[in-house]
Amino acid sequence: MDFGFIFSSAAGELFSPTTAAYALATLGLAVHFGYSGLLNFGQAGFMAVGAYGFAISTLTFGVPFFVGLLIAVVSSAIFALLLGIPTLRLRADYLAIVTIAAAEIVRYIVTTNQLTAITGSANGLAAFEGDFYAMNPFPPGTYLMGMNNRDFFIRVVAWVVVALCCTLVWLLMRSPWGRVLKGIREDENAVRSLGKNVYAYKMQALIIGGVLGALAGMVFTLPRGAVQPANYGTELTFFLYTCLLLGGLGTVLGPVIGAMIFWVVLSLTQGILYGLIESGTITWLNTVQAGQLRYILVGVALMLLMIFRPQGVLGNKKELAFA
Amino acid sequence: MGAVFAAVAALLLIVAPASQATSPAPTPSPSATTFQNSISGFLRGDDRAPIVGVTITATSGDFTGTAKSSANGAWTIGVPTQGTYEVKLDESTLPQGIKLADGQENPRKVTFSQTSNLSVIFAFGKGIVIQQQDFGQNLINRLVAGLSFGLLLALAAVGLSLIFGTTGLTNFAHGEMVTLGAVLVFAFNAMNLPFWLSIILALLGGGLFGYVQDAGLWKPLRRRGTGLVPMMIVSIGLALAVRYVIQFFFGGATQQLPFAQSAEIQLGPISISPNNLWSLVISAVVIALLGIVLLKTRLGKATRAVADNPALAAASGIDVDSVIRIVWVTGGMLASLGGILWAYYRPGVTFDMGSQILLLIFAGVTLGGLGTVWGALIGSIIVGIFVELTTVFGLAADLKYVGALFIMIIVLLIRPQGILGRRERVG
Repeated sequence: MDFGFIFSSAAGELFSPTTAAYALATLGLAVHFGYSGLLNFGQAGFMAVGAYGFAISTLTFGVPFFVGLLIAVVSSAIFALLLGIPTLRLRADYLAIVTIAAAEIVRYIVTTNQLTAITGSANGLAAFEGDFYAMNPFPPGTYLMGMNNRDFFIRVVAWVVVALCCTLVWLLMRSPWGRVLKGIREDENAVRSLGKNVYAYKMQALIIGGVLGALAGMVFTLPRGAVQPANYGTELTFFLYTCLLLGGLGTVLGPVIGAMIFWVVLSLTQGILYGLIESGTITWLNTVQAGQLRYILVGVALMLLMIFRPQGVLGNKKELAFA
Repeated sequence: MGAVFAAVAALLLIVAPASQATSPAPTPSPSATTFQNSISGFLRGDDRAPIVGVTITATSGDFTGTAKSSANGAWTIGVPTQGTYEVKLDESTLPQGIKLADGQENPRKVTFSQTSNLSVIFAFGKGIVIQQQDFGQNLINRLVAGLSFGLLLALAAVGLSLIFGTTGLTNFAHGEMVTLGAVLVFAFNAMNLPFWLSIILALLGGGLFGYVQDAGLWKPLRRRGTGLVPMMIVSIGLALAVRYVIQFFFGGATQQLPFAQSAEIQLGPISISPNNLWSLVISAVVIALLGIVLLKTRLGKATRAVADNPALAAASGIDVDSVIRIVWVTGGMLASLGGILWAYYRPGVTFDMGSQILLLIFAGVTLGGLGTVWGALIGSIIVGIFVELTTVFGLAADLKYVGALFIMIIVLLIRPQGILGRRERVG
């Protein structure tokens, strides 16, 4: 087994754009669930709105990169508004069911054959990243760990976005606005009795987390150069929850560390399992089953984390969104 | 393995004529007419042999175009504008012994939809019968199919609702309990056990899964005083783990249960497949039995008491934990039964078949009102009928679940507690 290769590809996951996308989306979930107590099970839907909003506005309407970015962000904010109006007055489990249903509605709509001309149905859309790479300031050549200038550029951009968003969320949460939000998480009625408009605060939190999700959707699709509906199923949201619980709910850096741990562990287990299968040490498993075994581990990890260490790596048990 | 291939071959044989009749023939190359738009098609008989020299005319207003089918059966009529045309096949020019299939409209009206070529298919022989149902007929058939679908959803939804009512848990792993039933029937059947025994064992397996879940996971969590939201997230972890465990052993392919293919039978004005009819009867009987148990027996009363107020029920001498245990076992068996029926309704068994309808089950439960058994029944039937009826009223088949989910969101907007729910459900 080539441990050098296994560890280097695991280390590569540490800063891959996918990890950055997961970190951003999980940060959005931290704003929703960790700080405001909103049980959003539709983060995959926000990511899909971001990715498709950008891809469709670029391909169908031919707008420049930053206009496409703006359209994606605005459409995710509208999506959050539409979701929030009927559900934010309801109990947490209703919000969970409605958000997961809304995310599935988004996925069905971008998959349907009726809209193939716009969404590309099950095949999705491709070739919308030209404008982005045209802005690449790095000349062609070899950069860190043998990356080419495209790979290096997308990583720099992705992690700068993650850093900016983390700073923004950190500043927001230590502001008076953030304190009200945490108050709502602890006791909604107490905050209401102080004359705060709980509904408006929740709505603002839902929109901010949703916009982070949309940005994550774009960071997720740009390096692939393609967006496909199958990537935005309910599993994606559940993986994000695993990242969130790994890192810590009510923290800013927790989501980033959670996403890193998630992808490094997935990469390590894949490398080691494949290595064992190829060397003939494990014979009761084929490579397809090895892939499924990793996701069984994700599910078990999510359960164990929630039961035994709900505050995650960085969290503080007093800051949990639930008693 | 041989049986699987035989089943697949049989399936392909059944599907083949239908796909011939419905899928558009490969577009013939445009003829040398001066027109940009064309109406075209292939004429082929029952045996796929081309039919040569048949006259076809297209008329619209005072324009008339004519074509004869060529040596490979292809015909093309150039037309000046994209619009509606009447296409007529001259049956007197057909060769001896070849006739249009029953129910083939001739002449028929066709309309261009945004493309410059329009394919028209004429089917021949008696092997291919295009169903030309009228709207009312279609409506009744979809209504009955929807009722059958709604009742099988209700089997799973009632279990979910009972579990929610007694423990407060929104169980995201319920979809996997549905899958398990169908997968177990397939597995036991593959071991050459008799069909009836496979079904009984699968139901027992579903009950056992419910028992193990409660004894090994949920009861200890209740003892620790874990909150409802953490329990919901634990159930998501369980759903992921169980889904991939099933895929680990079952694989990613679609398999068929025995007797999955059946021709539709005619019952008065309704045409329905025997499987759907059985499914409808079985689920209706099971739900009726469940209703009698809940309303008339001591156990049913105890269950309703626990659902209403666990602390008060415990104080009046009801063993809350054993009631919850029975609810989990019943819920597991009901979900298994729902899964078996769902495998016949789709038809097919896959590792993610339960999670595909999980949201419809939730929609049924939420529509009726979380925690109420009759609400779950009514909500599921509404969802089932709605899913089937939206296709009659022009919604694309790949969007039919969207309608049901959308209705759920709308209902939450105007009546958050659901149809039969109580106000306290609103936060």
